[in-house]
Amino acid sequence: MASGYDRALSVFSPDGHVFQVEYAGEAVKRGTCAVGVKGKDVVVLGCEKRSAMKLQDTRITPSKIGLIDTHVCLAFAGLNADARILVDKARLEAQSHRLNLEDPVTIEYITKYVAGVQQRYTQSGGVRPFGISTLIVGFDKGSELPRLYQTEPSGIYSAWKANAIGRSSKTVREFLERNYKEDMDREATVRLAIKSLLEVVQTGAKNIEIAIMAPGQAVEMLPVEDIESYVKNIEQEKQEEAAKKKTGRTPGTGSAAILTRPAQDEPGDQ
Amino acid sequence: MAPHSNGTSPHWSLKSGVHQQGCPELQVLLGITGKDFTLIAASKAAMRGATILKAADDKTRQLNKNTLMAFSGEAGDTVQFAEYIQANAQLYSMRNETDLSPSALANFVRGELASSLRSRKPYNVNLLLGGVDPITDKPSLYWLDYLASLAPVPYAAHGYAQYYCLSILDKHHQPDITLERGMELLNLCADELKRRLPIDFKGLVVKAVTKDGTVEMPFDNDRIVKSA
Repeated sequence: MASGYDRALSVFSPDGHVFQVEYAGEAVKRGTCAVGVKGKDVVVLGCEKRSAMKLQDTRITPSKIGLIDTHVCLAFAGLNADARILVDKARLEAQSHRLNLEDPVTIEYITKYVAGVQQRYTQSGGVRPFGISTLIVGFDKGSELPRLYQTEPSGIYSAWKANAIGRSSKTVREFLERNYKEDMDREATVRLAIKSLLEVVQTGAKNIEIAIMAPGQAVEMLPVEDIESYVKNIEQEKQEEAAKKKTGRTPGTGSAAILTRPAQDEPGDQ
Repeated sequence: MAPHSNGTSPHWSLKSGVHQQGCPELQVLLGITGKDFTLIAASKAAMRGATILKAADDKTRQLNKNTLMAFSGEAGDTVQFAEYIQANAQLYSMRNETDLSPSALANFVRGELASSLRSRKPYNVNLLLGGVDPITDKPSLYWLDYLASLAPVPYAAHGYAQYYCLSILDKHHQPDITLERGMELLNLCADELKRRLPIDFKGLVVKAVTKDGTVEMPFDNDRIVKSA
């Protein structure tokens, strides 16, 4: 694969690929998972947290969900260090926009800006692309409409009702496709975000981070205890469903499986 | 080094030669600290020459939750500079998930004024910066002028208001006064200003900074004061 066309970044391979940008996409796939879900008048960001090492101080370890402005929130998947630079550029642009236009940025504007920066780093010399995808959420000034956008290392941006980025994002996205409903309330939106994350996060509440945004309000980071109660609730529901399936099956189809058991047990008994 | 030694008109003549339009000396800025608050008052008149353009001007900007800045000086400079400082203060809060303390902001503003002073066209702005430190809950007030002087003070004024109000505050101010007493002192000052200032400054906007944030205080600007 590496055949000289990935040396200088801004060079096409003969079949039209720009390899460095595709490698950046790989870095995103290795990053921890992040989801965004829109509700009726709320938008939720969820993140998989890398479990902290024993001696790490979790209080001051930076989060993967960051504020761009009081009304804009960003979550990313990929290289943490790259994200820091991108987030800082976005924050600067948000304040600069306020100063020059006397209005806070719209979510679409700041998404375009972030995607624009990412695009620039795929076409200029001496730099490499940002190894991150971002989910940008929030509410425009004076609007009750939740917004959710995604950006990619290539500079593509797109709007979503619910989406996931990072490790196993395909699994999570498919889960969201199956379970998304229009006009969810706050409770249902948070629940869907957590439930979708649980598809790929093994260790449960401790490794999940949830940010909730509502119009005209500051971002709310959901406390661990609350996430835990959601997780417990979801797991209980899953068990009940599984139990229902089992009992539902016994009368008709179970015969083949049941018959093998006594056959295996017999030699043990003798 | 003479700024225009070649004899041609200096390129900073954008406003030089024109008499200052905003009458900065006639704009009133007052500040009082107390036990757990800082009060900032600013005159409501926006003037140009002998004309009052607006009678409900707000010469203050909120820098963050617990810091407020009042400004007077040349018309365009004031708002431009104040909003520049405001944007920087908010950017700091976003980047660091914590607010700058009033003292940190005061020193930042001083630095910006000092470098502006040495530029081709300095900002002509005088400021009062009041706040309550979010960690220690200590109120503070800083007096700054366009020459980039910075002084932490218990009470302060800018412009002609200094001549009339500082003596009153010298006599009546105590560091541990309550908010009610602070408002009384502001009333004393406002009365004296109405009595002695040759123009109508259209009353005061009064804002109080406490550890819980900034609130606009009700202030009676319709009191009639007989001249001495």
